[in-house]
Amino acid sequence: MARLLLTRFAALVATLLAASLVVFVVLDVLPGDPALLILGTGARPDTLAALRHQMGLDLPAWWRYLLWIGGILHGDWGVSATYGVPVGDLIAARALVSLPLAVLAIVLSTLLAIPMGVAAAARRGRALDVSLMSAAQIGVAVPNFWLGLLLILLFSVQLAWLPAGGFAGWDKGIGAALGSLLLPALALALPQAAILARVTRSAVLETLGQDYVRTALAKGLTGMAALWRHAVPNALIPVVTIIGMQFSFLLAGTVIIENVFTLPGLGRLIFQAIAQRDLVVVQDLVVLLAGSVIVVNFAVDLAYLWLDPRLTRGEG
Amino acid sequence: MGRLIVCTLAASLALPFAAGRAAAKDTLTLGMVLEPPGLDPTAGAAAAIREVTYANIYEGLVRIDAQGKVRPALAASWTISPDGLAYTFHLHSGVRFHDGAPFDCSVVKFSYERALSPDSTNAQKGLFEPIAAVACPDATTAVVTLKRPTASFLFDMGWGDAVMLSPASIASDRTNPVGTGPFRFVRWVKGDRVELERFSGYWGQAPKLARVTFRFISDPSAAAAAVMAGDLDAFPNFPAPEVLDRLKADPRFSVVVGTTEGKTILALNNARKPFDDVRVRRALAMAIDRQGLIEGAMSGYGTPIGAHYVPTDPGYIDLVSKYPYNPEAAKKLLAEAGVKPGTTIEIKLPPPVYARRGGELIAAYLEQVGLKADLVPVEWAQWLEGPFRNGDYAATIISHTEPRDLDIFAREKYYFNYKSEAYRSLFAQYQAATDPTKQTELVGALQRQLADDEPVVFLFALAKVGVWNAKLRGMWINSPIPANDVTGVSWAE
Repeated sequence: MARLLLTRFAALVATLLAASLVVFVVLDVLPGDPALLILGTGARPDTLAALRHQMGLDLPAWWRYLLWIGGILHGDWGVSATYGVPVGDLIAARALVSLPLAVLAIVLSTLLAIPMGVAAAARRGRALDVSLMSAAQIGVAVPNFWLGLLLILLFSVQLAWLPAGGFAGWDKGIGAALGSLLLPALALALPQAAILARVTRSAVLETLGQDYVRTALAKGLTGMAALWRHAVPNALIPVVTIIGMQFSFLLAGTVIIENVFTLPGLGRLIFQAIAQRDLVVVQDLVVLLAGSVIVVNFAVDLAYLWLDPRLTRGEG
Repeated sequence: MGRLIVCTLAASLALPFAAGRAAAKDTLTLGMVLEPPGLDPTAGAAAAIREVTYANIYEGLVRIDAQGKVRPALAASWTISPDGLAYTFHLHSGVRFHDGAPFDCSVVKFSYERALSPDSTNAQKGLFEPIAAVACPDATTAVVTLKRPTASFLFDMGWGDAVMLSPASIASDRTNPVGTGPFRFVRWVKGDRVELERFSGYWGQAPKLARVTFRFISDPSAAAAAVMAGDLDAFPNFPAPEVLDRLKADPRFSVVVGTTEGKTILALNNARKPFDDVRVRRALAMAIDRQGLIEGAMSGYGTPIGAHYVPTDPGYIDLVSKYPYNPEAAKKLLAEAGVKPGTTIEIKLPPPVYARRGGELIAAYLEQVGLKADLVPVEWAQWLEGPFRNGDYAATIISHTEPRDLDIFAREKYYFNYKSEAYRSLFAQYQAATDPTKQTELVGALQRQLADDEPVVFLFALAKVGVWNAKLRGMWINSPIPANDVTGVSWAE
């Protein structure tokens, strides 16, 4: 276990360093001068030079990289060129939208998908299986932004139950905040659930065919008991893997849904920051997201150990 | 994809509406497509900065009104010396900034000198360039002397870039703007909205609205949904023209089509072959059907232009028919200039709809006269660095939104590489003219010269399509300057 933690930590540091270098170099060679973007078509050589100096863009690249990394090591994540506020505050505020949204979507998706997948596997080839998997097929095919718009039209424009977008803010109460996250979470969760349900079904089908399930049935367990006690637990490893991947995606890959619902989340922040060449925001976010993906993967690994004790013994 | 969404949305509008939420009488929630990058118009060019702050938070000595006229603001009146070199502004007395600091001539001196200083990062430093000195004979009199007569000076001082900031606040105005306007800044929820409230210490007439919220919604279909759901009272620059017919049919909304200063052009690099030949540029102007372009790319919203000037500007002359749509004549002219059929022209397209959709249509028009268009989509940042700063382009579609910017064709170095001594000399005469009739005459001559030389293909002026609650009064119809001035907005009983 200790060795696992240690290798994971080393991987974390190495990945973060690599990510920071890659993102810095890519942004540096990318055409587009942040100062020129601020000054626009009225820019003159003198104002441009003054602004570049003010923003520190006239320093050599390696020095800017060291200043940035050094700042982070001291807990200073830099100041956004667009908003003029510390990037740490900016990211924290956005994470308060994106993180709950991702958690809500993954919970909804898991609660829907696992029963669906298990039920379909248990009734393989029957009407229930066919209808559930057809529904999942539609779910995979439906783009989430379109689903989001349908939800807005139904619940906001038609029924006027929920606002058509925007984020109420946690200071308006948990109810209001969750209310503005519910539709986008649903729009994200349904297509994810469709994928997860298919994965669950095939994983359970595979374990149902294993010798230990036949043995369980032979020693007199009912079909139901064999399913839940033996087939499902052994089928969870691929399911957990997919959940981990989906969660990593949900942290910042939801820019389209954030746009449709006008949510101030991390996805839109990074998208805007790239378009506006708000370099330090992009750099910080890429490093943080790389870090969070590693942490999520680590959590998934821990889940494997818990689900399959053989792995722990293999380690020791 | 965006189009598909909007169509879906439009189709579903056939269903009956839910009742919109009742709006309180003295609050206003306004939608904008882009979030401003900071709230200091003296430190950035983005129109969105002005669309929140102009006239609402910040004021200048003079201001531009809804009709594009220069009106008194912090200066109650002014006189101009006969030689056009000295402007004496008589300032309102007893004016205070939102932070309590007094406004007087020293602030004027500070602001203009700051804009002119070597480390100035004012995006329109050029506007201040004619200023020689600012003197303060007393606290409520500011005397601005110019290096040379400048016909556009008063209008220029009405731009958002020339507003007065509380001197103590300049370091923080980007996040916490402090002006003299009738509204004061409350808060900015980044990525979502900016909130303003009525400033009780305002020197002038108090606005009717007590609270104003600007919400930022970039997705066209989300914008449409927010308007229809009643989450917004107004969307002054509505981004989803496809749903407008539905909104027009709905008595809850006013749909008002106005004009902007956005002169959309097919810019041509005059330093590159074949665009160094005026015949080629004229041929391109004849190859493109402006009205067809407006129908196809802008859902019919827009006004054809024949020079770098829009119909609402003073001294406008209609030159649209100078190069009527005529593919045959265009072909002949191209052949005369030695441009072989099948020649490929690379057109760089920045992100806005007018460029991306417009580019596809222009490619089709060029094909009709035997040319091939190679469409290259670019990001905004790439456009500024490539075509705009480095002149690295052959052709590009762009809208110049600065008001009355005939000067860009007179500049020594500008990305069109248009070098006409005739135009420059006319422009110098125009700026030096102190007599209004003479000015108007010269503005006409400038437009004619541009249409003659056709350094770029002048296409159309962008429309301002506004959607707002039918009970709302006092919204700007046109956009003579980037602004959402809500100081005169109120709710009908």
